[in-house]
Amino acid sequence: MPTLDTPLTRPFTGPIDRLGVLVAALVAVGLFSPFALFRANRIVPGTAQTLLEALPGVGGLLAVALLSVAGLTAVIRTRASFRLMIGLGALLLLAVAIGMGANGLTPPGDKVSRIAPAMGFWLLVLGFGLLATDSVSRLRLSPLGRVGLLVAVAAAMALILASGLWSSLSVLREYANRADSFWREAGTHVALAVGSLVAAVIIGLPLGIFIHPRRRIRGWVSRGLTVIQTVPSIALFGLLIAPLAWVAANVPGAAAIGLAGIGAAPALLALFVYSLMPVVSNTLVGLDGVPAASNEAARGMGMTDGQRLVQVQLPLALPSILTAIRIVLVQNIGLATIAALIGGGGFGVFVFQGVGQTAMDLVLLGAVPTVALAFSAAVILDAVVELVSRKDQR
Amino acid sequence: MKLGLVFRIGTIMLLAVFLLQPDWFAFVFAPMTKNGQPAIYVQNSLLSLTISHLLIVFAATLAASAVAIGLAIAVTRPIGREFLPLSRTIANAGQTFPPVAVLALAVPVLGFGTEPTLLALFLYGLLPIFENALTGLTTVPPQVEEAARGMGMTDRERLWQVELPLALPLILAGVRISAVIAIATAAIGSTVAASTLGEAIIAGLINSNLAFVAQGALVISALAILIHDGIGALERRVGRHLIQG
Repeated sequence: MPTLDTPLTRPFTGPIDRLGVLVAALVAVGLFSPFALFRANRIVPGTAQTLLEALPGVGGLLAVALLSVAGLTAVIRTRASFRLMIGLGALLLLAVAIGMGANGLTPPGDKVSRIAPAMGFWLLVLGFGLLATDSVSRLRLSPLGRVGLLVAVAAAMALILASGLWSSLSVLREYANRADSFWREAGTHVALAVGSLVAAVIIGLPLGIFIHPRRRIRGWVSRGLTVIQTVPSIALFGLLIAPLAWVAANVPGAAAIGLAGIGAAPALLALFVYSLMPVVSNTLVGLDGVPAASNEAARGMGMTDGQRLVQVQLPLALPSILTAIRIVLVQNIGLATIAALIGGGGFGVFVFQGVGQTAMDLVLLGAVPTVALAFSAAVILDAVVELVSRKDQR
Repeated sequence: MKLGLVFRIGTIMLLAVFLLQPDWFAFVFAPMTKNGQPAIYVQNSLLSLTISHLLIVFAATLAASAVAIGLAIAVTRPIGREFLPLSRTIANAGQTFPPVAVLALAVPVLGFGTEPTLLALFLYGLLPIFENALTGLTTVPPQVEEAARGMGMTDRERLWQVELPLALPLILAGVRISAVIAIATAAIGSTVAASTLGEAIIAGLINSNLAFVAQGALVISALAILIHDGIGALERRVGRHLIQG
């Protein structure tokens, strides 16, 4: 990765951390705002509960005390690793507090009441989230370190979900009602995003290699792909319905293999078309970046064109191609949400259902996994790209 | 190059004629309808939908540009340096956020209609502009900075006469990316009842009338390509101007 991160020596202005002041302010406002929102069912307006009301007794007092101390600690300038621990610790405390609060607020045996985190909870999460994010970016973790941190956070989330701590929260109530379809749509979502990427690599990589030395075709292909890339997703999904419906109706056997105007087929095709441009253009950039001397040396050693491609050019172009895969995968995970509009499935189903029913919990049930998936893919593939490019430089 | 110009003018003319007299094109779309469905979307005129689509995109992109460039300047000055690593991480992570999610999550705060769409477009539009402005402002060659300092320029003069002009092509590229994303996201805004061209597409999907879907999709695509092209041309002009001095 080109490093724009010129090491910044922070101007030392005293023991006060400016970002810490912001964090402390968010924590202060958050502690005085409603922590959870209780609704007797999905539709009625809710009543707000502060942290002390949601967690009566010693637990609530302890939580307020610990969160205040953590917020105040952020103001003082300390080591980044220490700040990271404070931030993550406070976030964990918040996760436990909202879960226990929701369990306590739910009347025994009740299935229709909905308890959602309220403004105060989100402000606290934002405050400590900023603290943790800032310390991570200051720590300049190694690629493996970043993946390790991601795995640790994911494991903690999985543990919380498995323990049933959050099972009274409204989002998980929605999940419990449709656990089967959730995992089915999750599978569809991943299949759409990854399937189109694999197809794009299978087609795009040879296409890039083929047009690389052919200047004229190369200009036309990249211009055409750029235009397609510009076409908005909802429009492309829509435009593909008509030709696919025609193919399904008129080509024998097409309908039998699942081709149809509406559904997964146009979604997969649209995502594939979007993925093609980054793959082809980064293949070209990667091949362009192969030093002339390397090519000469390979020729001098008597390598055939094929050997030169596999043993010299492709390994040198690998970081650039991997970067394209990272861009495409993250982009596809987001775009696959829109597939739901044309009956293609995926997490978008919950998002658009939720929007239709003004049920925010349902929107979250679709949006949160999508964001988590995209974010994890970005962190992991960034680490891979960095490791591969570093090996190159040695 | 000449062919490109013909293509551009042709697209603009065709788009203008279609928006003013959509009925003239009914024969193109009629084969896509079934059982005597109407061939042209008339619930709202395509022209008014196009205008409100463009207004939403313009307002959101303008606001996002102003705020993003302001933020990028702030975190590269000594007073905001402490926020630079954090803002860079947030900009990176924020781009993994799908625009649909931003749109859907803005509804509970702002209700249905144009407002959540504007907010989502604005928030999502910030990231590419901010990231590009940041790259532009932090990669001014050190020799140039030194020369400017040696000429006795103040910090403010350096910002206005050296750093911002050098970062301008990159900033424009960010604005281009934002505007194109905004056109796409505005279309999805119709799922939360914003008045945009997405309305025709969604009406077509609900009534399974492919003619409506195609109309909305074609106009949106043409707009996106023209805007992408226009800002791209501006970038090249600014870049050339910089090289020639």
